[in-house]
Formats: sequence, structure tokens, C-alpha cells
Amino acid sequence: MTVATRSAILGSAGGWRRVLREQPVIPLTAILLILVIAYALVRPGVVNADWAGVILRAAVPLAILAGCQTLAMLTGGIDLSVGAVASMAGFVVASLVNGPGLWVGLAVALTAALLAGLLTGVGVGIFRVHPLIMSLGVSFVVLGLANAWQIMMVQSSTGTVPEFRTIGSDRFAQIVPYSFVVFVPLAALILVGLKRTGYGRMLYAIGDNPVAARLSGARGWQVLIVLYVISALMAAVGGFILSGLTNVSSVTLADSLVLPSVAAAVIGGTSIFGGRGGYVGTILGALILTVLSALLTALGYPEAVRQILFGAIIVAVAAAYTRVTQES
Amino acid sequence: MSAAMATADDRRRPFEAMVAWARRNGWVLGLLVLLGALLVFTKLINPNYGVNGIQGFAISVLPLAMAAVAQAICVIAGGIDLSIGSMMALTSVVAATQMKDQSEAFGVAVVVGVLILGLLLGVINGSVIVVTRVPDIVVTLAMSFVWGGAALVVLASPTSGSAKWLKDLVLGSVGIDLIPKAAILLLVIVAVVWIPLRRTRLGLSIYAIGSNQLAAFRSGVSVGRTKIAAYALTGLFAALGGLSLTASTGIGNPVPGPYTLLSVAAVVLGGVSLAGGRGGVFGPIVGVLILVLIQNDLAFLSLDPNLSLVTQGLILIGVVMFGSLIQWRQGRR
Repeated sequence: MTVATRSAILGSAGGWRRVLREQPVIPLTAILLILVIAYALVRPGVVNADWAGVILRAAVPLAILAGCQTLAMLTGGIDLSVGAVASMAGFVVASLVNGPGLWVGLAVALTAALLAGLLTGVGVGIFRVHPLIMSLGVSFVVLGLANAWQIMMVQSSTGTVPEFRTIGSDRFAQIVPYSFVVFVPLAALILVGLKRTGYGRMLYAIGDNPVAARLSGARGWQVLIVLYVISALMAAVGGFILSGLTNVSSVTLADSLVLPSVAAAVIGGTSIFGGRGGYVGTILGALILTVLSALLTALGYPEAVRQILFGAIIVAVAAAYTRVTQES
Repeated sequence: MSAAMATADDRRRPFEAMVAWARRNGWVLGLLVLLGALLVFTKLINPNYGVNGIQGFAISVLPLAMAAVAQAICVIAGGIDLSIGSMMALTSVVAATQMKDQSEAFGVAVVVGVLILGLLLGVINGSVIVVTRVPDIVVTLAMSFVWGGAALVVLASPTSGSAKWLKDLVLGSVGIDLIPKAAILLLVIVAVVWIPLRRTRLGLSIYAIGSNQLAAFRSGVSVGRTKIAAYALTGLFAALGGLSLTASTGIGNPVPGPYTLLSVAAVVLGGVSLAGGRGGVFGPIVGVLILVLIQNDLAFLSLDPNLSLVTQGLILIGVVMFGSLIQWRQGRR
């Protein structure tokens, strides 16, 4: 049965559900707008171009790490090592910049991230270890090595590289963050890559039906190794920007972003079972989470209550979203 | 002639049964051998390792072992619970604040109350998963924020408070000094809760929905109710973990420890498939023993503690890779 006839049978109610299912951007934008309006009501007069710039700036590192989760989740996987890899990358650059220089630091950090991604990819792709457990093990290894590195390189300051600070915190005309110079091409690459390249389609195929993908000639293990290498490199870039945004270089800097990165991808409509979703939704998911936490801070609740509301609202949004878009 | 054959047959049967049992439990037996080797290795590198060492080991293992049992139950049911660490923090601070400056007898009521609280937290987790149909991992991830925040509401910073009898229950040893109370406690609790349960309708249903949800549904298992029950048990064991935290350290700490992710690691190490429906709770307990003992050994070797984290990660990866390699070879045969 084609989609057209089925929606005709289901009538108008099925029709709008179908639109929502295939265009997750619409309900997500609505949620985002509601949150922004709520913020404007709580803090009248604050919501303007400057505020939008601050929110966008804060959302960029989360959106990048959530991009790693999106790619992994499309294949039915997950990458819990993004936090450790991102923190490690930011820290390595900051620790090397005064001696060997910025470019050496970047090269070392990216190489380390590549090796970590390769390890995850080999475990998941060739040895068929569950991605959750594989990326968890790799995150232990990366964190431990980064800690050992920290003790070896006695550092004078906890701050980060000035170049990162510029990219992470500064804004064009006090509105558009400099980090868009990195983020926009990266996002475009992911979006085009997922929609238009064979590799992108293979990510969906493996997540949707691994057996069918193999029978139609996709070499799953190669796709997965490349996927986790890409994810680790993206995490490293996210780590650079995050350390610039916060002006902190620490080996646990990005740990608190791991769970929100999964949440952003899920809220954005990417299925954790694979085969369904995309990056536009994830970007909106990252924005929603950023505005939400800004809203909870603006309401003046203590940290504990903010955490509770944050969790409860994520469940509520995910539930509403599942209800609206589920086929039944 | 035929009588002789019959006796030979009878003699062979128990042996075959034993072989079949060993094959079924091969992974756990392998882990036990690894654990034995590690204990011998520990004695070799640290000849003073004896009663005190074993006792400290058992006490330090207890909270993580409870977390691993908790995780094992919901993983067997085809789910996963990323809020175990937060539930342990919440139950631990509730126990510590309620027992502070109270009579010993009141402590008993508190322990019962905390266990009920654990069940309740689990029921909430399970119900949200069943009602909203949002994937387990997402719900429990979000709930970990809720329970962690609730722990902070109860208690903003670590405070001491534990009934003396509760501490006595965990610290020290029984009879000859070699058997720590903590180990006995763990075995008794698991034996009282899990072993009878496995043989009931509910236990079978938990395995059934983990192994094939649709098949379980079609054979008349109430999938939703079973799932909620599994998460309730997970909550109960998380509460036991929180209580053992309070008992062994004497304080309640609102910041969740590393228990959630370590419990997932121990469960996988213990031969429970993350796909659900396979494994038990003893494998994960042995997995915890191995993970913690390796950490202790590396400390005895006065290795940098950070490198011990690396080694833990590598061992986790290595063992799991080895396991899937075996499975893969069996699959090809």
C-alpha cells in the first residue's frame, strides 16, 4: 500500500500525524518557540538578538556532540566516549600550546581522538561488541590516559588557548557566534552526507536492517569503523569549542554533556534503535535543551530542583513526541 | 548384559548432565577461574594479604555488587537502567538523614522504608517506560536527573548518619575470620530474593519478555506488568546498594558514584546479554569481584591510579571482545 492511499484511508487525522512523522522539524520548532516565549514571559525584555547569540553559542558544543550520537544511533549504536574524547582533546591542546605550539597540539589531539575512534570502531565493527559497552570501555581508557598525561605535564594555568577562546566565545556583531565558522560547514557536511552520499545511506541501511544491508553488498564493519572514527574526530572539535566557550581545560570538562547529547538526539527524533532520524532534528533538540536549562536558571530554582525538572521535561517531551509520531 | 549396560548408562548420565551444566555455565565458570587466578596473584604480590584484605575487599565490593544485580535484572528483562547510581544516592541520603540521632530500633523502620522507597522508584521508572513507550535507555537517563536532583533536595552535602546495627551488619566477619559479613549478607539477600523468584511465573516472564517480547505477549505474558515488576526489583536492589553505601561508609552522599556505568560493565562481563533474556545474577557479581580486585592489585603494585583506570577499561574491552569472538565461532560451527 502506498503512503498516499494509506493516508487517504486514515483520513485527515492520519494525515497530520504523517506530516509530523516525516517532518519532525515542525513539532520541534513549536516546542522551541514555546520555550522561548516562556523565557520571554519570565524575563521580560531580555529576549533579543544578543540573547539569541548567547543561546546559539552555548548550543554549538552540545549540537556537535549530539551529532556524534545521531550518526551512531542511525546504525543502532551509541557513543558514550564522546565526553572523554572531547575533554581529552581540549586538554591536550592546552597542555602543548606553550611548548611545541598550537599546530602540534591540534595534530596530537586529533591523532589521539582518531586512535580512540578506531579502537571503538574495531570493537564494534569487527568484534561485534555492543557499542554501549565498547564506547564505555574506551572512555575509561581515554580518561585514564588523559589523567596520566595531566600528571606528566605539570600545567601552569587551567585556562585554554586564546585561539579557542576566540572561536568558542566571541561573536560577530555581538550576535552570530564565531563557532559558526566551524559548526555551519560541519553541519552542512553531515546533512548532505547523510542525504546524498552512499556512505550516509549505508548508515541508515545498517541501522534499519543489518542483514539486508549485508546481503545488498554493504561492508558493515568498514562502515562502522569509519563511523566511530568520524564521531571521535567530531567530539574532539566539539571539545576544542567547549574549552574555548568555558575557558577551562580539564580532563572531565565534557563529561556532563554526554547524557544531554543522547537526549538531544532522541528529542530530535532519531531512533535509538537505528535507521530513522536526521541531523536537523538533533540541532533543534540541542537548542531546546539549551533554552530549557537557561529557562530553569532564569526561574531561580536551586540546582537540585533544576535537575529534577530537566529530567522530567525530557521524559515528557520524548513521550509527547513518541505519541504524536508513532504508527499505530 | 542389558543390566550392565543400564548401570553404565546410569553412570554416564550424571557425568553428561555435569558436562551439559558446565557448558551452559561456561562463561561464569571461566570467570571464577579468572577470579581464582587473580586471588593467587594478589597473594603473590602482597604476601600480607589476608583476613583484613579480604574483609576490606568484601565491604568495598558490596554497593557495586548490589548495583550489578540491580542492573542484571532489568537487562535480563530486555531493558537497561541508567538511573541506578542516582537511585542509590537518593536511598543512601534518605537512610542517613532519617537515622541521624535516632534510636537503633527506629533504624529498622528506616531500612524497611528505604527498601519500599527503592521499589517505588523502580515502579515509577518502569511505569513511565511502559506508559509512554519511550525507549528504556532514554527514560532512565532522564530519570537519573530526577533522582539525582531529589537526592540533592534531601541532603545538599555529605552527612554522617547510620544506625550502629546496620554498620555491624556489614563490617566485621562471622565465625572464623576468613568469611566477611558483607559477603554473607550479599549471598543471603540474593538467595532470598532472586533464587526463589527465578522459579516463579514472574521470573520466567522476566526472561521471556527479554528474550522475545512478541512471543511472550502471544503466549499470554502481560509484558507491561512484568516489565514494571523487573524495574521494581532493580529499584529494590539499588536501594540495597544505597543502604550498603550508608552502612559501609557511615555517611550519605547525594552525589551519585560511578555505579551506573560500572554496573553495566559488570553485567556484560558477567555474561548477561545486553539484548536481554540471557544470563543470571551470579555472573555479574563475579564480574564485580574481578573489576574491583584488579583495581586493588594495581594499587598494590603501586601503579598510577589513572593507569589502573586504563587497565580496567582495557580488560573490560578485552574480555568482552573475547566473549563475542567465542560466540561468533560457535555461530559458524
